[in-house]
Amino acid sequence: MKRQWRILVVDDEEVMCESLAAWLREDGFAVDTAPSGAAAVALARANDYAIYFIDLKMPGGMDGIEAMMTIRELRPEAAVVIITAYATVDTAITAMKEGAQEYIVKPCNPAEISLLVNRIIKVKNLERENTLLRQKLAGQYRFQDILTKNGRMQQVLELVREIAPLRSTVLVRGESGTGKELVARAIHNCSDRAGKAFVAVSCAALAETLLETELFGHEKGAFTGANGQVRGKFELADGGTLFLDEIGDISPKLQRDLLRVLQERAFFRVGGTEEVRVDVRVIAATHVDLERAVAEGHFREDLFYRLNVIEVKLPPLRERKEDIPLLAHHFLEQLSLEVGKRAAEISEGAVGLLMEHDWPGNVRELENAVERALVTSRGQVLSETDFQFLRASIERRQGAGAPDSMTLEELEKRAIAATLKRTVGNIKEAAASLGIDRSTLYDKIKRYGIAR
Amino acid sequence: MKLYVAEVGDVDEAVIRDLEARIGERFAGWDVSRLGERLEVAGTWDEGRRQFASTELLRRVVAALPADGSKIVGVTECDLFIPMLSFLFGQAQVGGPAALVSLARLRPEFYGLAAAPDVVRERARKECFHELGHAFGLVHCEDRECVMSLSTTLAQVDEKGDEYCEGCGGKAEVRGFAKGRSEERE
Repeated sequence: MKRQWRILVVDDEEVMCESLAAWLREDGFAVDTAPSGAAAVALARANDYAIYFIDLKMPGGMDGIEAMMTIRELRPEAAVVIITAYATVDTAITAMKEGAQEYIVKPCNPAEISLLVNRIIKVKNLERENTLLRQKLAGQYRFQDILTKNGRMQQVLELVREIAPLRSTVLVRGESGTGKELVARAIHNCSDRAGKAFVAVSCAALAETLLETELFGHEKGAFTGANGQVRGKFELADGGTLFLDEIGDISPKLQRDLLRVLQERAFFRVGGTEEVRVDVRVIAATHVDLERAVAEGHFREDLFYRLNVIEVKLPPLRERKEDIPLLAHHFLEQLSLEVGKRAAEISEGAVGLLMEHDWPGNVRELENAVERALVTSRGQVLSETDFQFLRASIERRQGAGAPDSMTLEELEKRAIAATLKRTVGNIKEAAASLGIDRSTLYDKIKRYGIAR
Repeated sequence: MKLYVAEVGDVDEAVIRDLEARIGERFAGWDVSRLGERLEVAGTWDEGRRQFASTELLRRVVAALPADGSKIVGVTECDLFIPMLSFLFGQAQVGGPAALVSLARLRPEFYGLAAAPDVVRERARKECFHELGHAFGLVHCEDRECVMSLSTTLAQVDEKGDEYCEGCGGKAEVRGFAKGRSEERE
């Protein structure tokens, strides 16, 4: 689970390529090799390598310096280390002038090359940390920041990419914690409104009157304490995007006002008589079943259709489990910076445990779990023990997940097996937990053939 | 599961016997056996470097793995090199079947000092566990006490322990070949 930097070794001598690649792989790097400058350039086009080791002298077409110059154009952020057996000051100066980060003469001491690689990777890690912190600080998220390997989620991102440049209202649907605001921000940042404001409002957090003022602002004297004119979120988002979270929770009056803004792109401040015109793209989000709310008369049908011009449906995390390791590692990397505590990786056992959990709180719950494990862990590796707090809910679910046709006997068998697993086979503890005596528990274990 | 120990050229019998015993203790569940034939080093000498080509010797170790074996570690007295590096204490394929350990630079005599057989056996043990760790898929560890930490100098070999840290031991246990430090303490 450790972040794996990629390295490309370029040399016409196969044994040189393979032996250096093997040595670097022992350090945990993913290493590819190329037998010529042209092959290296082709690989550089397709892959993102952190370091290129390039031999200066290579027969045919492109020598090391030429290969380096082309690669530097393609991948300006990559580090290039020029290798040569012919150490001359001239070639060193040329290599450095053309952008080589380092220049080494073979054969070199293992300590020397190890220090060199560590120094470059340290800078790479700092650059990456810097980018992450800048993004966090600016609250800027792009599509590349939405991590997924899941087919359904990739279709969602494809749709989001297509609709980003449009002006249409978008309704983002999904359970709590699935990343609705992240998607809304990505739509905003990929639209021509990116330079303007992205304003987010949680509709569920405020009472009706407060939300009305929050959205539309108010005039001086509109109500007691209104000492001056205040602009609302619609005005603040003028030219940009307004994100209305938990839209399913707004009152009938606000539903009517909102419908009017969406239709006429104009509104009145609370207590105002002058119409305010705005150019705002609205992205709404909800976790509630709006069709049902419409059918039951809690949500206006006309507003629903106004909002639901384009629908983006985010799958819950339990339906994109292949993303769990990817997301857990991403959060570990990000939270290590924020919490100021380093943990390099998540053990295979811990990842297994994370895959077992159902994540009712979705990606947000996963992020919180990684943070909790990171804060309480003592080692460099987050182990299964660090995520033990998830165990209880996994077992509760496994115990409670009885299908309709399950017999009482089968239920009892499952409950005993789950309790024994939790107590790591401790009979006394398991019996106490199940509320039966030890001899009864032994009988049942024997009868059901449960492994301890 | 069978793990072979191979002599690559003439090797100090005391060191190789100690290694066989220690590998057997550490790699519980593995049947440790000596390879019947001694592997030749002829043809791997590089006159310019005055050293032996490690990559070619490792290839010979891989090729010598019997059909009933899963892993093989070659032990040699030859001083090893690869084109990029001035020397190697050992070499392995990460997640591959074979590892190779050189005793040449683990011996005080190499540096003009008096022989110390106990010290050599201890260093050989560490390097052997380290290279086998690679063969079982482990990569270098940042814990300086862990046997999987990178050693590019003899001082670093001496400083590190001969056990896997909790993290590497955990992975080692998952892969079914050895136990970590914390497990052994329990």
